Amino acid sequence: MTQVAGFLAGIGAQVLALLAGIGRVAIFAGQTLRHLVTPPFYGREFLSALLNIGWLSLPVVGLTAVFTGGALALQIYAGGSRFDAAAVVPQIVAIGMVRELGPVLVGLMIAARVTSSIAAEIATMKVTEQIDALVTLSTHPMKYLTVPRVLAGLVTVPLLVGVGDVIGIFGGYQVAVRSLGFNPATYLQNTVDFLEPLDLISSLVKGAAFGVIATIMGCYSGMNSGRGAQGVGRATKSSVEAASVLILAANFLLTGVFFSA
Amino acid sequence: MIRFDDVHKAFGANQVLRGVTLEVPKGKSMVIIGGSGTGKSVLLKCVLGLVMPDAGTITVDGAARDADRDAFLARFGMLFQGGALFDSLPVWQNVAFRLTRGALKRPKAEAREIAIEKLRRVGLSPDVADRLPAELSGGMQKRVGLARAIAADPEIIFFDEPTTGLDPIMAGVINELIREIVVEMGATAMTITHDMTSVRAIADDIAMLHGGKIRWTGPVAQMDASGDPYLDQFIHGRAEGPIAAVR
Repeated sequence: MTQVAGFLAGIGAQVLALLAGIGRVAIFAGQTLRHLVTPPFYGREFLSALLNIGWLSLPVVGLTAVFTGGALALQIYAGGSRFDAAAVVPQIVAIGMVRELGPVLVGLMIAARVTSSIAAEIATMKVTEQIDALVTLSTHPMKYLTVPRVLAGLVTVPLLVGVGDVIGIFGGYQVAVRSLGFNPATYLQNTVDFLEPLDLISSLVKGAAFGVIATIMGCYSGMNSGRGAQGVGRATKSSVEAASVLILAANFLLTGVFFSA
Repeated sequence: MIRFDDVHKAFGANQVLRGVTLEVPKGKSMVIIGGSGTGKSVLLKCVLGLVMPDAGTITVDGAARDADRDAFLARFGMLFQGGALFDSLPVWQNVAFRLTRGALKRPKAEAREIAIEKLRRVGLSPDVADRLPAELSGGMQKRVGLARAIAADPEIIFFDEPTTGLDPIMAGVINELIREIVVEMGATAMTITHDMTSVRAIADDIAMLHGGKIRWTGPVAQMDASGDPYLDQFIHGRAEGPIAAVR
């Protein structure tokens, strides 16, 4: 009986810790939002974050998208051939990339590349008292470190998703035209005809949401890291885990919002 | 004057400060000594609001930290133990950080000029200005941290273990710089250190923190004749005495 009670108490403690964590992240996000709309604003830090989050993520986003688009074309062709539906490759590649794979894969790549980097950088700043130094220099760490990064995530990740969508479709096109014998003009025509404005809007909205999630989780984990190298390591790991899970959960919710009808 | 009145602070079950009461007179250099983990840094951080005390009051010139946090913090400069220089910024931007944003913002060229002047004041040549902190030795980083602490001519300067990790010669250089700067600027200074050479070089007054309270305070000249067994053990570095060697 005592063992059962202990087991249940353990589960209860885990649930409470999870809920407390969610609450802390929600408060952090609320504070970020408040600082986002009140001066001062740090333009140079924002531009630097734009470069780091947006421009420098282009290679990994492009490579991920082109290989995914190509593999998708091969899979749809192989699977579709079983029931004489191989001709739908352009449509399925387009809808698959724009609605789901583009935003999700870009989001996860950003979580891997940007969230981890932000968490490690800010956690190191915390461990080496640079955050305290910011405060003593009359600079609010949320305004100086968090707001520029979150704003940059909000602006650049939808653009990265857009680029990823185009490159993914291009990857599928290349495979379909070069290996599967599709007519180039027909492929492009089918792609354009099949996509609807809502597909593009959902893709960009997902990108914006994922950008905010990825950057907020990086900043939150960094600001709340433990001491020493182990603290920095844990902050980095937990930021990527949390951002990835939240991105997938947000994707499910947003897909429901946009396409459940 | 900085006044601590019955300040308490705990981290979980660890009661670090148990009622610290202390006065740091204006224009004086107060050095806080005490064993590792006795809460010396916490005491400084409580003044700046980096750590919030659980109980007690801290006032600066009779006023508690008020709503205008920026104006309050603008009165302080702080040299952190590890320098706490911003890795991503060149040295001059670290030094002029406060002068390139916020209420004290100056034109970029003027801020750079002031930074180079402050670097010169701490014995660093202008060619250091464009280097990154990672390219500097520990002693140079300390000096840059010192230049940053004095960049906006603060009324109050905090030094957190300013000579830790430095060789004796560099430690002597930093001690002399601190003393000169404090006298020259007429600033109120609070320094935390374990280094008794620093204590004698920097202090007008000292206060010993032990067991979460101020164990002894007085002018540095009276330190050796205090008759306090705790202070005696500490300043002579004896393993035997009322302070447990293993804590």
